[in-house]
Amino acid sequence: MNAELAIILIACLTAVACAIPGVFLVLRKMALISDAISHSILPGIVIGFFITEDLASPWLILLAAFSGIITVVLVEAIQKTGLVKEDTAIGLVFPALFSIGVLLIAIYANDIHLDTDAVLVGRLEYAAFDKLMIDHVSYGPKSMWTISITLVITLALLFAFYKELKLSTFDIGLSSALGFSPVVLHYGLMSVASVTTVVSFDAVGAILVVALMIAPAAAAYLLTTDLKKMIVLSILFGIMSAIGGYYFAVWLDASISGSITTVLGLIFLLVYLFAPTKGLIAVLFRQKRQRTEVSLLTFLLHLNNHDSIEERRVAHLHEHINWGKVRAKTVLELAQKNNMITMQDEVVSLTNKGLKFTEKALDYIITNKDEQIEDMKDDFFLFRG
Amino acid sequence: MELIDFFTDYTLRTITLGTAVLGAICGMLGSFAVLRKQSLLGDAISHAALPGIALAFLFTGLKDSNVLLLGALISGFIGTVWIRGIVTKTHLKTDTALGLILSLFFGFGELVLSYLKKQPDANQAGLDKYLFGQAATLVQSDVIVMIIVTGISLVVMLLFWKEFKLLLFDKNYAMTLGFNTRFIDGLISFFIVLAIVIGLQTVGVVLMSAMLLAPAAAARQWTNSLGTMVILAAVFGTFSGVFGTGISASYNNLSTGPVIVLVAAVFVGVSFIFSPSRGVLFKQIRLIRNRRDLELKKTLYFMYGIVEKHEDISRPHSIKILNGFQGFTRGTLKTLSDKSWITIKGQDWSLTEEGFQTAANLYNTNMPES
Repeated sequence: MNAELAIILIACLTAVACAIPGVFLVLRKMALISDAISHSILPGIVIGFFITEDLASPWLILLAAFSGIITVVLVEAIQKTGLVKEDTAIGLVFPALFSIGVLLIAIYANDIHLDTDAVLVGRLEYAAFDKLMIDHVSYGPKSMWTISITLVITLALLFAFYKELKLSTFDIGLSSALGFSPVVLHYGLMSVASVTTVVSFDAVGAILVVALMIAPAAAAYLLTTDLKKMIVLSILFGIMSAIGGYYFAVWLDASISGSITTVLGLIFLLVYLFAPTKGLIAVLFRQKRQRTEVSLLTFLLHLNNHDSIEERRVAHLHEHINWGKVRAKTVLELAQKNNMITMQDEVVSLTNKGLKFTEKALDYIITNKDEQIEDMKDDFFLFRG
Repeated sequence: MELIDFFTDYTLRTITLGTAVLGAICGMLGSFAVLRKQSLLGDAISHAALPGIALAFLFTGLKDSNVLLLGALISGFIGTVWIRGIVTKTHLKTDTALGLILSLFFGFGELVLSYLKKQPDANQAGLDKYLFGQAATLVQSDVIVMIIVTGISLVVMLLFWKEFKLLLFDKNYAMTLGFNTRFIDGLISFFIVLAIVIGLQTVGVVLMSAMLLAPAAAARQWTNSLGTMVILAAVFGTFSGVFGTGISASYNNLSTGPVIVLVAAVFVGVSFIFSPSRGVLFKQIRLIRNRRDLELKKTLYFMYGIVEKHEDISRPHSIKILNGFQGFTRGTLKTLSDKSWITIKGQDWSLTEEGFQTAANLYNTNMPES
């Protein structure tokens, strides 16, 4: 297998292995726990490295993953004392553990082939050349093996406990009432996240592993509300960024993991801006439309209330409802387009349709069923604001 | 390092002064971050500053720390704005937004740094120090900038003290009083970003948030007054800076950032355990004391139950009949007699008048404290 293919494969496998726990972390509002874990496994890795002298050793992976779990426990313990809030607890625990790791590396720098730079961003470039040798026969890069095994375990757990995970993520009360222990699922998920982080650590480093976990899931969450689709989409985004990131890095002759993150960032930015219903542009558009439509409603109600011609002059309306010129014009045009009003000599009057709409809306407002107005708009409006 | 070096070594003095000032400003402004529940915003901002540093160098080619920090300030600010955009405009939660900005910006920064590293002129060496901080690179002009920034933020904090405090604890009230909460909010955020940015050179991108949080979290345990907390946090921050620099200067290979953070973590640990009102230790002691008191009262009430059936209150009963009752130990019996609620004669006990009254009123809420 050539190096290029090996690197791309490792990157893709890592992206997929990270995306799956990432989806659940984002949905459970625990995205920052992944940040905490990815930092605080460092002392575990360093100590494990002293003992095993092999970054891909299963013992090192277990030891480091264990220190990830310790972080979670520690954060929860501090939180339980009530001395500080959860976010402060996270913010206190991981820098302390990470500092210990960095200092251990610095003190024993000569005995250890880890440098602090690699800790943050990993060395995907070299991961492909660290081959697994058994009896002088090469079986491909070590990290490919570790990541594949982790991925298989993650997938197996996902298929086995999909229902339970889904339930406890969205309705923790129901899930514990049905007898699925939230604690077991919580720590199970944390363990998977820890192991995945440790395994990916070698390739992509402490901080980029956070990007691979959170960004695909966040982007997917903006596109769908279906858990299955969200998982598939995150995996897709992960793979896209891994492949795109590799070629971008080669073209730029720069760090592969940095480039993968940058591609992920671009993907997220695009989704953030253009997602059909939840993207920034769609949201801003919807907010503007709602503003106009609420104004329209206010305007119609005003007309309904005031019969005298004086009150219904356009100029007077501007003054009375206190709108700017542009807004007033938009509203008037929208009302005319929808046949709600007619204008004669600068005097506005409600049409029959407008009257019906207004009275029905008033009914809903009085009976506190404001949300019904939204459905009503579909029936009455030919054009939306 | 000998102690005497500290007073004679000019460089070390500059560095120590720098970290001390940094600790002070971080503690001061960190108090606001912690109380506003924005602890991890600092983490996101400091990571988001990295691409700013790298791009500032890429475009200007200057390694002047003021130029780089200006870049950091801008990209940190963009990160903050984007976080706010994600939280307010989409249904993604704060934690996701923070994690996203933190990792994506940092990754982009790493990309630019690695690109710079491959450039033929080796001028870019030393940008790495912004990852973990190297106080040794502080020069006098850097320290002067730090002191000026600290001075300005101190003045602003004192000027807007009332507004800051009001916003912190009752935002809605501040709004109804007609304060421009958005402006005040922005002002606090701006100074927090500023504190983070000036700390990058010393503590580094990765650990800067802890520098902001730890002194404030430690100070919070000792007081319930904002003023005292800010001062205490500044003091803790200063000590962390000075001790951290001292320790890291005595060993050659140590980055300053991690050492300072660990010193600050020790402050936090000590505060969590030993603070008299909130600390875990005294809380536990109070808990045990309360439990003992409860057991005592339980025993007394049990005795009352026995005595109640007899006409003569002071009639002695055998200690044996208390056996099997959980609240009873020799110790409680002695304490009860010390309080002169009972008298003990040989193997018998009897309730005193005072003990009888106390037990009778045990469940009346308006009973005077015994």
